[in-house]
Amino acid sequence: MLSETSRLLLTERLKNYPPDRKASAVIYACYLAQEDNPDHYISQQDVRDIADLLDMDATEVQGVIGFYSLLYEQPMGKYVIHYCNDLPCTLRGADQFLHVLEHKLGISHGETTPDGLFTLEEAMCLGACHRAPCMQINLEFQEFLTDDKVDRIIDMLRAGEPLRANMADAVQLLPQSPLA
Amino acid sequence: MAEHILLHHRDIPGLDQMDVYEKDGGWATYKRAVTEMTPQAVVDVVKAAGLRGRGGAGFPTGVKWGFLPKDVFPRYMVVNADESEPGTFKDREIMEGNPHLFLEGTAISTYAIQSNVAYIYIRGEYLSTARILQQAIDEAYAKGYLGKNLFGTQYSLDMYIHLGAGAYICGEETALLNSLEGLRGQPRLKPPFPAAVGLYSKPTIINNVETLANVRPIVERGAEWYKTLGTEKSPGVKIFCLSGNIKRPGNYELPLGTPIRYLIEELGGGTYDGTAVKAILPAGASAPMIPASAMDTRMDYEAMVTAGSTLGSASFIILGEHDSVPAAALKMVRFFKHESCGKCTPCREGTYWAQKVLERINDGTGVVPDVELVETIANQIAGKCFCPLGEFATSPMIYTIKHFRSEFEAQVQGSRPRRNWREAVPQRLEPTLAMREL
Repeated sequence: MLSETSRLLLTERLKNYPPDRKASAVIYACYLAQEDNPDHYISQQDVRDIADLLDMDATEVQGVIGFYSLLYEQPMGKYVIHYCNDLPCTLRGADQFLHVLEHKLGISHGETTPDGLFTLEEAMCLGACHRAPCMQINLEFQEFLTDDKVDRIIDMLRAGEPLRANMADAVQLLPQSPLA
Repeated sequence: MAEHILLHHRDIPGLDQMDVYEKDGGWATYKRAVTEMTPQAVVDVVKAAGLRGRGGAGFPTGVKWGFLPKDVFPRYMVVNADESEPGTFKDREIMEGNPHLFLEGTAISTYAIQSNVAYIYIRGEYLSTARILQQAIDEAYAKGYLGKNLFGTQYSLDMYIHLGAGAYICGEETALLNSLEGLRGQPRLKPPFPAAVGLYSKPTIINNVETLANVRPIVERGAEWYKTLGTEKSPGVKIFCLSGNIKRPGNYELPLGTPIRYLIEELGGGTYDGTAVKAILPAGASAPMIPASAMDTRMDYEAMVTAGSTLGSASFIILGEHDSVPAAALKMVRFFKHESCGKCTPCREGTYWAQKVLERINDGTGVVPDVELVETIANQIAGKCFCPLGEFATSPMIYTIKHFRSEFEAQVQGSRPRRNWREAVPQRLEPTLAMREL
């Protein structure tokens, strides 16, 4: 079920598009549903809700969800790790780090830890090739990875520390600003 | 180069902040355009400057704007910020480091095409980038650069960010439009071209982030100035993304026509493992690989084609002497297999089978005819697909083998790869100070 807040946000977002083009907000609606759901995926009920709200067919919404990598049809961990091992990262040792991550988490890519905390996914190029190896955790960049950094990031999240970009770095690489 | 034009934030600290950007003359060119220039006058300057699209195709921007049908309104400006080509990270730096330059260029361009709405389609993975942009847009509204009846004129302009959700194909302009309309991001048949029938079936111009970042400097300093940079047919500056086996990876802003050797040796410092450069991918995974013998090629749209590749988005991925070309081919084909939208059978099935065969070759379980089989699959995809993705997918199949056939043949004849990446010790490079500042 989409929360009240999400419905308000969606109504607000629809102002960006022509009145008869509500479907344009479908990806945004899916992101909202995913954030509302404690298991971070879009349920069948959500699909029907979104279809109703945006004047779409449920199958159209389902088709959109199936198409995009960042929209999930299955329960996901609290932290979804997208680990890049495309060519530029691989040339800097990224395949090795996939094993470090898999070992640290005790799961293979495509799996979720039994405590429901982490899902590990292979990602296609994330646009951080000059800071390789890299990954995103819930879309926050973690760059210039080392064994030690991977260890610390996972430990910090397990200990309940808030997620942020490059969280194992003393100096923040990227400026941070709230989503308006 | 004395001062950066697009990456000017490297010269002026805090340029991502509105007050610093304004002090640097920011948003003034846009105000001048709206209050003192006709839209056509702006189009003429950009056309005269010879600016070419920086997203990959290199089509002249001013000419593209001229394709809009007269007197059909509303029109839309759509910004392609779906940067997803492996090895490309230039738009991200522009949007994060110098967001107002990009937004001002977008605003001037939207005015030039007589549109009142610009949608910025940004890939879902760039959520943090989108936050920075949204903040900059909010500031621009607060300062009266966006909104209704700007500077006391009749002109109004709204700018919206539209987040994608992870699909390389949405960088293809018609797939992007479908995605923006709430459909699956699959390409449309052309013609009609978006300039005639685009977003919501209205005339639409789709430009890349870097292209639009060039617009303020061009309108501010004039077409003649812009043409003093770069070459005659490829004027201006370009951001070159350098990655892979290289000491100093990163974005480098250079005039078009700079030799590859300067980028790799002088700026990039050569390979990190000290070996000779073996192969260069000049435009990510989608353009033909070229051997190191092409190092003296000039990096402009024409010379790169003469050298047997394309400039594309100018994402240079470097392979050293010990990096396995068959393994690289597999990585790239795997990318296209994952990103094929599934609409056309040759692309969907061809990439799937090419990946299987390349896996065999790399495992050492392949047989001699497998090398030829990869080429055959590529030939079955080429020219049979709806959009360029199918074509792109054949590059890593055809040109890796064309230039490094002996490496593939050695793999299928029982010798092990010279460097097995799965066992390799990762290279951990201390990021340089400059990189940390970005």
